[in-house]
Amino acid sequence: MRTGARLTSLPALLAGLTVMAASVATAGTVAPDSVPIEDMELTQTLTDNKGNPAAGREAFADRKKGNCLACHANADLEEQLFHGEVGPELDGVADRWSEEQLRAIVVNSKDVFGEQTIMPGFYTLKVGVNVAEENAGQTILTAQEVEDVVAYLMTLKDN
Amino acid sequence: MARSYRLSLAAGVALVLGAHSAAIAGGPSDDKLVIDGEMEIMTRVAPPEGHPLDEVISGWHYRTEETRDLEADSFQNPGMLYVERGEEIWNTVEGDAGKSCASCHEDGAEFLKGIGANYPKWNAGAGKPFNIELQINQCREENMQAKPYKFDAADQKALTTFIKHQSIGMPVELDLTEGDMKSWWDKGEELYYTRTGQLNLSCATCHEDYNGNYIRADHLSQGNVNGFPTYRLKQSAMVSLHNRFRGCIRDTRAAFPAAFSDDLMALEVYVTWRGSGLGVETPAVRQ
Ligand code: HEC
Ligand code: HEC
Repeated sequence: MRTGARLTSLPALLAGLTVMAASVATAGTVAPDSVPIEDMELTQTLTDNKGNPAAGREAFADRKKGNCLACHANADLEEQLFHGEVGPELDGVADRWSEEQLRAIVVNSKDVFGEQTIMPGFYTLKVGVNVAEENAGQTILTAQEVEDVVAYLMTLKDN
Repeated sequence: MARSYRLSLAAGVALVLGAHSAAIAGGPSDDKLVIDGEMEIMTRVAPPEGHPLDEVISGWHYRTEETRDLEADSFQNPGMLYVERGEEIWNTVEGDAGKSCASCHEDGAEFLKGIGANYPKWNAGAGKPFNIELQINQCREENMQAKPYKFDAADQKALTTFIKHQSIGMPVELDLTEGDMKSWWDKGEELYYTRTGQLNLSCATCHEDYNGNYIRADHLSQGNVNGFPTYRLKQSAMVSLHNRFRGCIRDTRAAFPAAFSDDLMALEVYVTWRGSGLGVETPAVRQ
């Protein structure tokens, strides 16, 4: 099943991000909360497609997707206005955390930082009450977008 | 209006600069709010007993210098137009009983002094807390035989603004011993700490844990209500408290309760209490 997913997704990759996100959802995608985060790590990738750092950079900044800049300053995105200061600056974050840890943080930060964290879980359905109808049953990012964001975070190195 | 637009642009520029020196920009300002150089407003006070924070601080301290100045000058404050309009409504006859507010209460400025600082108040007849808007609607229906205002009708906002403004500078104080006020406070507290929506945030996550920090372009305050209704530069309009509550809940990607519903009334009781002792600022100016 997982090898099949890689093959069906290849043409979609060329067709652009939105189409790709839709097609992987039907292919070998890991469902939200179906793989446990252990010791602050998520070793299994959520899709068979390698994360694309350029797409991840966009999802990171996009207010309708990651909107990570709401809380994190990030010098690599200096062209974007208004970086928040609620979370740590993410410059050099890949020197501090491994890929597996970064995936865990993005998927469900509560499993890494504890229940009290303000940071939303981007690929979990363990969320707050009264979710708005248009968001119900959905994760903030798709599996592929998580992989893309993680690939992007891995480029944020100081040394 | 042209002037406030220009000022809000200036505020935007200040924020852009702020974003790159966030650590310096963060936290409440040390200014004092003195209206027209005459009336100092209590904007930083000791918390009431049982309050989770060390100091209660008005949202005014978290706004840019331009926005703060606008509120300190009642001639420039765009919200003052709504105060004037509210006074007109106070004196205007409406409804089948042929009465205005003034027919029963006479001079607004005199009768209303201090009243707005003590709302929401227990309403024994209704068996629940009433805010100014609900009190206005009850007077309209029972005493004037006029239709109640729809939520956020322009006249509702103007009249509420006028009424609250008559208590400007007076400390916010609730009587929690009346009726069941305490159980509404309890319910409000529970809601304040309940995480809602896809983003999984509670009021406390933003306003208790992170006040003083920028969340994207917004400088988070403690979310106090002593300035409501407030004039929002972003919307060039007065914004009612329940509108603000609903906006904050919606921002967590949650469905929001109806205005004046039990949930929002409980929240109003509790959040008003959190700002106990702050001077009424209505009409406050916010971004
Ligand atoms: C609403 C605020 C908020 C948003 C939005 C947010 N974060 Fe965070 N993030 C935090 C906070 C706060 C921490 C620090 C841990 C804590 O205190 O709970 C954190 C920690 C992190 C860390 C660890 C950083 C370090 O240096 O230790 C990473 C990586 C991270 N976030 C990535 C992201 C990414 C990627 C996104 C968007 C997809 C994002 N965050 C969105 C608030 C946020
Ligand atoms: C995602 C973060 C977030 C959450 C969650 C949130 N707010 Fe806010 N709130 C803001 C921002 C940003 C502002 C505008 C800046 C400010 O005044 O703090 C604001 C403003 C306010 C204000 C106006 C303050 C003033 O001085 O004019 C009130 C009142 C308020 N919030 C109450 C609440 C309540 C009650 C809840 C929960 C039902 C809540 N907020 C949840 C972000 C949030």
